[in-house]
Amino acid sequence: MSTAAPSSAVRAPSTGMRGHNYARNYWPFVVPAGLVVFAVIVFPWLFTLYMSVHEWKVGSEAVFIGFDNYLRLTEDERFLWSVVRTLYFTALAVVFPVILGVAAAVCFHRNFPGRGWARTIFIMPMMATPVAVALIWAMMFHPQAGVLNYLLTSVGLPPSLWNYHPNTVIPTLVLVETWQWTPLVMLIVLGGLASLPQDPYEAARLDGASGWDMFRHITVPLVWPHIIVAAVIRTIDALKAFDLIFVISGGGPGTSSETINLYLYQTAFAFYNMGYGAAMTVVFFVIILLISLVLFTTRRQEKWQ
Amino acid sequence: MKAYQVRRLVGRFFFGLSVFALISPAILVFLWMLSLSLKNEVDNMSFVPVFIPNPPTLDNFIEVFERNDFLSYTYNSIIVSFGATGLALLLGVPAGFGIAKARAHRVAALIMIARVTPGLSYLIPLFLMFQWMGLTGSLTPLVITHLVITVPIVVWVMIGFFEGLPSELEEAALVDGATIWQAFRYIALPLARPGIVVAMILAFIFSWNNFIFGVVLANRHTRTLPVAVYNVISFEQVSWGPLAAAALLVTAPVLLLTLLMQKEIVAGLTAGGVKGG
Repeated sequence: MSTAAPSSAVRAPSTGMRGHNYARNYWPFVVPAGLVVFAVIVFPWLFTLYMSVHEWKVGSEAVFIGFDNYLRLTEDERFLWSVVRTLYFTALAVVFPVILGVAAAVCFHRNFPGRGWARTIFIMPMMATPVAVALIWAMMFHPQAGVLNYLLTSVGLPPSLWNYHPNTVIPTLVLVETWQWTPLVMLIVLGGLASLPQDPYEAARLDGASGWDMFRHITVPLVWPHIIVAAVIRTIDALKAFDLIFVISGGGPGTSSETINLYLYQTAFAFYNMGYGAAMTVVFFVIILLISLVLFTTRRQEKWQ
Repeated sequence: MKAYQVRRLVGRFFFGLSVFALISPAILVFLWMLSLSLKNEVDNMSFVPVFIPNPPTLDNFIEVFERNDFLSYTYNSIIVSFGATGLALLLGVPAGFGIAKARAHRVAALIMIARVTPGLSYLIPLFLMFQWMGLTGSLTPLVITHLVITVPIVVWVMIGFFEGLPSELEEAALVDGATIWQAFRYIALPLARPGIVVAMILAFIFSWNNFIFGVVLANRHTRTLPVAVYNVISFEQVSWGPLAAAALLVTAPVLLLTLLMQKEIVAGLTAGGVKGG
């Protein structure tokens, strides 16, 4: 008791003797959640590592094989191609939502009648059940009966095979991903815009700067940290994308849209090859972590400049 | 009219146009979903699309309920999402309070790593665990795995919320001899009600929408709605109308919640950049 009151009165950071004791009073609040997090999150991580060094198929004995699963991954062409496809899909599924999301945030930052409603409608795609909207998109993509090819041909454009052709399937999936996740980028950047100071704009306006000048030289640099955060979150989600791809293309035609996540699903839950799947998970996780870290470092450098 | 007035009018026109361009993809897809669900099969499959159902029919919705066990999938979804959200609130609200007050930022970082991990990587070990424990075939494994989504969301939102609360009242109570538990229960918790609402809505929505856990863990009787829509009312076999109707029914609760609670949802999402699975 006596340790809690004085240190918190000045909102002291929990460093030093007194702060340390102060923090310890709160551990009972964290323990129940901590136990559950350990059971359903940390334990699976550790168990995955353990499984990844075993030949482990459902229904047979696990055999320790060292790093063979990892070595096998380096020679598995299907896996290597899935990595390439994942990176291709991710690059597109980050760039488009980020550009559109920033533009949308700038629009929604202005005050206009009906803004609340427009913003709510705009974020609907990211709240809707992914499987449900993916099914509707799949019907819209249908080459013969789909509405999109009708619209394309009615304005004189050639019809597309969408997710039915190896060359167009990934851009098609990116289109849906962009439709769904641009709102998240918008919300994060909008949060950044709301916290901007007004002074630089007034000064620039007095100097006769145009709207575009102000956007380029004031808004973008100031809101850059938020854009990077949005890009990192988008990257993580695009790397992990599953529902849309699974429902719309199922990784096909052939394996032309099979990302790491889709191949992982096949390996673990269609072939029940758990050890190999676990090794793939570990590599997948490392890829996600590395790319996120690289993006976060660019954020730090921007801050220094 | 003066030149600057014309320019302002033109500017407004193009601004209105860009807002319209931004929201129309969302509107059109949902309207198309509604249109597909209200038309008969001939109209749905014609190359020249019938945009407005004429006359609209509810046959597709009737078929969804008659030919499938839709009510029992709804029951499964409700049990799993409410169960996982309720448990997450029970565990996550105190945890968010403890982490915020103790400034345990490393624990918060651990939760962020959970956000980075692909959902499938939890499933390989958990799938085997549930098999060994003989839990497959009940809804328990689904509720447990959905905690992977809901607990991090609740803890993350609540940390932000408790950090933003003024601490004077609580400190006054502590000085007057209240225990930390009493300070939490009678002072912080009532103040945190708006934050709890945000956490609850987001956790519920992302649990309701989750597909990947169900597709691996659920069997014929324990399917949640997203899995049922994908598996049972599958794409090639059944016609488009009932499928669109089922898709609409699955996502309607979430869309309604978004419309009703737009302020809370925007606040929560802006704060955390949270998303499940």
